[in-house]
Amino acid sequence: MKGLPEAIGARLPRRDAADKLAGAARYTDDLSRPGMLHAAILGSPWPSARILGIDTAAARALPGVRAVLTGADLPDRRWGLFVYDETPLAAGVVRYVGEPVAAVAAADLATARAAAALIEVDYEELTPVLSIEAALEDGAVPVHREFGSYEKRPDLGFERVNEIARQEFSEGDVEAAWADCDVIVEGVYQVPSQSHVYLEPVSAIAEFDRAGKLTVRSANQSVNKVQATLSRALDLPMSKIRVVTPAVGGAFGGKSGVTVQPLVAHLARVTGRPVKLTLTREEDFMAMRRRHPAVVRVRTGAKADGTLIARDLDIVYDGGAYAEDSPAVLGFGLLMARGPYAIPHCRLRGRAVYTNRLRAAGFRGYGNPQVTFATEAQIDELADRLGLDPVELRLKNAVEAGGRWIGGQTITSCGLRACLTEARDTSGWAGKRRDGGIGAGGKRRGVGVSAFAHICGLLGTSATVRLLEDGTAALAHSAVDLGQGAEAALAQICAGALDIDVDRVDSAPADSGAAPYNWSTGGSRVTYMVGRAVMQAADAVRQQIARHAAETFECAPGDIEIRPGGRAGIVGVPERELSFGEISLRAHYRTGGPIIGSGALVYDGEAFDYKEAVIRNYPFERVGTYVFGAHVVEVEVDTVTGKVEILRAWAAHDVGRAINPTSVEGQILGGFVQGAGYALLEEMLWEDGQPVNPSMMDYKVFGALDLPLDIHPIIVEEPEPSGPFGAKGIGEPPLVGAAPAIANAVAHATGLRLRTIPMTPERVLDALAAAAER
Amino acid sequence: MTAAVAVVLAVNGEALSPLAGPGETLLDILRSRAELTGSKRGCNTGVCGACTVLVDGKAARSCLMLAADCAGREIVTIEGLDGDPHAALLREEMAGAGAVQCGYCTPGIIVALTDLFRGAAGPPDAGAVRHWLGGNICRCTGYVSIVEAAVKAGRRAVGSEPGMPGQ
Repeated sequence: MKGLPEAIGARLPRRDAADKLAGAARYTDDLSRPGMLHAAILGSPWPSARILGIDTAAARALPGVRAVLTGADLPDRRWGLFVYDETPLAAGVVRYVGEPVAAVAAADLATARAAAALIEVDYEELTPVLSIEAALEDGAVPVHREFGSYEKRPDLGFERVNEIARQEFSEGDVEAAWADCDVIVEGVYQVPSQSHVYLEPVSAIAEFDRAGKLTVRSANQSVNKVQATLSRALDLPMSKIRVVTPAVGGAFGGKSGVTVQPLVAHLARVTGRPVKLTLTREEDFMAMRRRHPAVVRVRTGAKADGTLIARDLDIVYDGGAYAEDSPAVLGFGLLMARGPYAIPHCRLRGRAVYTNRLRAAGFRGYGNPQVTFATEAQIDELADRLGLDPVELRLKNAVEAGGRWIGGQTITSCGLRACLTEARDTSGWAGKRRDGGIGAGGKRRGVGVSAFAHICGLLGTSATVRLLEDGTAALAHSAVDLGQGAEAALAQICAGALDIDVDRVDSAPADSGAAPYNWSTGGSRVTYMVGRAVMQAADAVRQQIARHAAETFECAPGDIEIRPGGRAGIVGVPERELSFGEISLRAHYRTGGPIIGSGALVYDGEAFDYKEAVIRNYPFERVGTYVFGAHVVEVEVDTVTGKVEILRAWAAHDVGRAINPTSVEGQILGGFVQGAGYALLEEMLWEDGQPVNPSMMDYKVFGALDLPLDIHPIIVEEPEPSGPFGAKGIGEPPLVGAAPAIANAVAHATGLRLRTIPMTPERVLDALAAAAER
Repeated sequence: MTAAVAVVLAVNGEALSPLAGPGETLLDILRSRAELTGSKRGCNTGVCGACTVLVDGKAARSCLMLAADCAGREIVTIEGLDGDPHAALLREEMAGAGAVQCGYCTPGIIVALTDLFRGAAGPPDAGAVRHWLGGNICRCTGYVSIVEAAVKAGRRAVGSEPGMPGQ
């Protein structure tokens, strides 16, 4: 095989880094527009209440106030991804504490906030639904009384009051298979609500021009999704909406749908002025999104030799007050619930339910961290019962390329075994495993492993590549860069495909008015999916370049080769060549017209095989290609304080091909640390429906002091045939494996199996005390 | 409401006298009156460190300082560190290490580390950097690349060549 182009695998600094390091990168809240008004919101104080009346007179009377909106002022146009249940402001009923009830636009922010505080709302409190159990009990109060009347995607499968969706993936015969198992483990696992805590709170600026066209600048993960939802929310054709993305200060799934854009657009419409709304951190915590907490019941059985035979899993996700991504999060969790193992008999079922808490939505991992925490704990519980090494047990059952995923899709590339063996060998697993439980002063050390999968793929995307007059290239796509380095990776793919220096590829920030469609920056899909569209577009450009060269040299296009550094020449005749600049000038000014190539695709891998598996109500028939990883984590548990300290970690990930290894390592490190927070620290709490910790003071995330520097990213490259230069996604997987590996290390250190995360000092001490009593 | 008062202070070497309303913070003034948006508002409660600036040469959280209390003080923001040799080294090392992802925490971290370098007798080790950054939250990187870049920059910056201000 020909060697890779220079741009592929290069550790190039990101182009946006210089501005960010200078404080010159502009995020939405850094921007201002001439005549711009500032907005503030008033949130609900109750988890469930009817709005009897809203008195806005005092707010309107405040000098500087230009508009006050309540739900009653807005048209009844709901939106959603699967269930159309969302409105910009509460319409008649509030369903969680913090839900926006009214909004003010004023000349300055202080006035807007003062006016919002003057709005008087008369509520009739209703009985809130505050837990999964309460949502599903007989006679439960519906969170949405109007659920039946909402427009929704068909086949969500809900059966009971408050169910948003009910799904199943099953293969084989689970009930019969238990008889073939020598060991069966069973447990209930509980995972918490994690907040995204992107460092940039949500912000949007909206304005209408005199022709009635709306422009919205906002932190988002998809200009195209925001444009489509605004179209629905405001009853405007998409041709009248432009969505622009300034720098985004992190998102992690939390900015994947619309946030406050429809509300700000309504304020801009009624005032005729540009309007900016930036949430406070507390408002963002209370009114945006979070990871689904869940209860997972799992039973897994194996033969004495470690062959996995059967799994029965039932999960309930708390979707909160609005459906958002819940049906897809549920389905994706189930798709991952067999784990990366060839278990022949599986019954994987789940539900997502409404409660009167903040909406849950996509968050790095998308239903997978919840499931994998439970299932990977169970693999260790089995290893323990069988007296087998946890890594060996995983290797014995690991899926391989050519094998089938649950649902029937062929696994087209798989570096799982390499991830497991690399993580094992670089961590000194055997020695650490032997020394489990050793420590001084009440401290116990342990080491744990996890193996896991994810996908990259999903839905549609497109890109264009234009050759500029000097032979450099302009790449256009709508993959919003959230900080992960999408822009740089795609520019490198483009540079690689044209075999030119990456500095000769320009690409602009996502703008619905200027770049072709992309479904979203999410699902770990940008490098893989948008990268494929970029490859197609660059290939079309290469063909046109070859045609121009062939015409010039009077030879067949097939005799033309593209040479490194932006040249096209006759194969075997080094001196007969033209630069891209010469070719582009010919195209612009003499014949053929400017060179432009486009690429477009919808994820096109194998669909599920509905004859092989029972698949009920899953909203997609093909999801993506599979990616794999394995983590080894060494911890020390202080049995006096209950504190779990991560000492070292090795995180191995099969990325197919690392387009930019530095960026890949950045994803592995950052994802692992967010996953470590999920395991040990982070939990959004409510009491009687009231948020307990909606601030960075009370909701802690890890700081530099809390973590070791010994976190080692390991890149495994098992090229994916369909990927750009073999590349697959890496955004989400590093978070998925962290919590189970840490829990397995805690179990190794202490002999305690904690089935609830985060493993806070209180929970560890409680478990130690309970063990001492037994 | 009480009226706004003019506060005379120096920002990045320039005398400014912005009007500060009651309760307005230094961060408010920098972002809305001085149009210096490099200092970020991540939490507005002094936890995240994204708003860190130098006040009379020491790192401080601008979201916690009342603007009125800054009269007569010298403020240096991330924008004011453009010619600073320590900041230049930090920027170079952080860019190379992939220590910048979303970038929202980055200005605060550069400002904080510049303060560390200025006061350090010798190149700070990883432990010192981690302690110093205890109040700067980064949600993207997991800190490893930031700390490693800072240690490298520190080796080049502090006490290693004559004329550098590490004493």
